[in-house]
Amino acid sequence: MEKILMKGNEALGEAAIRAGCRHFFGYPITPQTELAAYMSKMMPKVGGTYLQAESEIAAVNMVLGAAAAGVRAMTSSSSPGVSLKGEGISYMAGSDLPALIINVQRGGPGLGGIQPSQADYWQATRGGGHGDYHILVLAPSTVQEMVDLVSLAFHLAETYRMPAMLLADGMLGQMMEPVSFDETDKYPPLQKPWAASGHGGKRPHNVINSLYLTPQTLENLVVERYKRYEIAKEKEQRAECFETSDAELVLVAYGASARVARSAVMQARQEGLKVGLVRPITLWPFPEKALKDTLSTAKGYLAVEMSMGQMIDDVKLAIECQRPVELCSRTGGMIPTPDEVLAKIHAMMGGKA
Amino acid sequence: MKTLFQRPHALLPVPMHYCPGCTHGIVHRLVAEVLDELGVEGRTIGVASVGCSVMNYDYFGCDMVQAPHGRAPAVATGIRRALPGSVVFTYQGDGDLAAIGTAETVHAATRGENITVIFINNAIYGMTGGQMAPTSLPGQVTQTTPYGRDVKTAGYPVRVCEMLSTLDGVALAQRVTVDNIAHIRQAKAAIRKAFENQLAGRGYSIVEVLSTCPTNWGMTPQEALQGLRDKMIPYYPLGVYKDVTKEEQA
Amino acid sequence: MIKELQTVFAGFGGQGILFAGKVMAYAGMMEGRELSWLPSYGPEMRGGTANCSVCLSEKAIGSPLIVHPDALVVMNRPSLEKFEDSVVPGGVIIVDSTMVDAPVTRKDVEVYSIPASELADKKGLSGLANMILLGALYHVRQFCTKEHLEEGLKKCIPARKAHLAEGNRTALQLGYSLV
Repeated sequence: MEKILMKGNEALGEAAIRAGCRHFFGYPITPQTELAAYMSKMMPKVGGTYLQAESEIAAVNMVLGAAAAGVRAMTSSSSPGVSLKGEGISYMAGSDLPALIINVQRGGPGLGGIQPSQADYWQATRGGGHGDYHILVLAPSTVQEMVDLVSLAFHLAETYRMPAMLLADGMLGQMMEPVSFDETDKYPPLQKPWAASGHGGKRPHNVINSLYLTPQTLENLVVERYKRYEIAKEKEQRAECFETSDAELVLVAYGASARVARSAVMQARQEGLKVGLVRPITLWPFPEKALKDTLSTAKGYLAVEMSMGQMIDDVKLAIECQRPVELCSRTGGMIPTPDEVLAKIHAMMGGKA
Repeated sequence: MKTLFQRPHALLPVPMHYCPGCTHGIVHRLVAEVLDELGVEGRTIGVASVGCSVMNYDYFGCDMVQAPHGRAPAVATGIRRALPGSVVFTYQGDGDLAAIGTAETVHAATRGENITVIFINNAIYGMTGGQMAPTSLPGQVTQTTPYGRDVKTAGYPVRVCEMLSTLDGVALAQRVTVDNIAHIRQAKAAIRKAFENQLAGRGYSIVEVLSTCPTNWGMTPQEALQGLRDKMIPYYPLGVYKDVTKEEQA
Repeated sequence: MIKELQTVFAGFGGQGILFAGKVMAYAGMMEGRELSWLPSYGPEMRGGTANCSVCLSEKAIGSPLIVHPDALVVMNRPSLEKFEDSVVPGGVIIVDSTMVDAPVTRKDVEVYSIPASELADKKGLSGLANMILLGALYHVRQFCTKEHLEEGLKKCIPARKAHLAEGNRTALQLGYSLV
């Protein structure tokens, strides 16, 4: 298959169109704007809808409407904009609607900065809005993976009837790498008999709703939803394990920081240090099994993040705090260097092979 | 035997939860009658908004989507764009449409989004128990303006139809009420026109229905209707503020 | 041929810094390398500093942000000051001496000073100093075949700007002969 060179943001757009998404609702914000611009260029050519909404709040609610109508719909933004989308995400989770939200993260809190960050991990993996719920969170670390995870995200969202988020960052969004696209759609859209698309006089009316004033009814629904979450946790954990089979120190990193960690692991291996990397591809469900599997050799863990340490909580939970877990991180848009990670590896392993 | 009067098909045979004297029931019926008459129930999707009328998803027979507070125009936009052959209406209260959802309303209107908006203006937040609405009248006593709405601190009411009528994307902006038979007939004609505009692809149509809230106004249904006539209609004159079909004829 | 090369291009926005990196990235792709191209981005879209990192390798690229470049191409003084010390010993620095009025002080790297902007103006190739410098870099660090480099250049020029292809190629080729 022919490879082409694409920016991460544009590759996300192309992948979504190839996954059958014809409805994109956006709002400009750095560093994701190329994605919206790409959609504005391409959607008219494929008979789709590109709509620049009046706000991120409106955009996510347009996605809610389109998803309720049964089509593959998406929105994209960056950190401050995703905070605004929290309302719509909660409502979609409460209405069991599948949709795709892309967060090309930048530094925060507040207006923060525009450089790459991973400080929205908690927001993404804990839902981001109010109420008992989860969303699927996928974390690509290459431009090719951005492409591959878009169709998977739509598929999982439809399978489990929950919103999916693709958690990228400014580095992945802005960088170019060679990508290829599948000729055929790996995951065609599922049937949606629940959609509010007009009953045509052939069935009772469908209602897409998140309001339940009877506590017992609401509890039952939330509990039912959590059973679905359990199935997703069982079946959908994804991670890449790199040099972990004999690793005494296991680095854990996703997205852009996983690339830095990988460079550090390669250098450490050249020095003869038994170091490996678990790279979560799904952040929710978090790849607990892959991490537990490393316990047989691991004496310690090192979370590498572009935040003050958020994913590290899930690392500790996954291994049930059976080993020390340390943090190597930069934040505010700073990107850790392989040298910084290597220094931390040396410190943790006592500089010995 | 000839049936002279019956429940519209687009209204489900379930009891409504509205208070005695509330005008929601009348407006629901008018919307359902229009859906029946136009024969579009099967391809209609209604958008329920947060407020007393949120549970109308249980009353209308068409497919329904419940929107977050104020976002009904955005949700309707998403549905309308996803289903080009559909008929989409929102049913919004004054807090929803003219406070928390002002941005969504103005922008759906200015985009000429091809939807029908039923706007219930009863000058109060009903569902939360009677707080000041963006359309509460100067001097009006509510739970959060216990000394009357003081325009020096709480500002002035929003006249929605007048405001929206300046936007090029609006096909119809009309204010009606349902306090007597003649007005109810006018209201139905306006609602029908608002749906016909959508079928003709004319853009955003809004019908503002001046309504009562006897419970939160602290009045009997009769007193509330009289209050509407005495106080609301003078501040919010009934009439057509914009009608592109009239402009076409002119 | 060099299979592993980490290059930083740096200068002012509008000098074609990102474009030069893109040509190199495309050339690497033609050559079958693993690669990444990472731009600086921000509000300084014109006239501010711009740089990009291009990694070429036979192995999957780890961090695309280059901390210790093997090669540095600079088109303004602030960029030389910012990146000079980061170049690995034995690396190469290529300077547009028309734009940079300060000497390179490093003694452990190869330095090539080329008045690229002046040359470009003289040869009717205004605005293509970036390609002259890329040609010069190619001459001292052959990271792909010449065919792949020129093919990469073609790929970077959209159809509506096809009339610019010839000038770019001429500038690139001019660069080959300058060092």
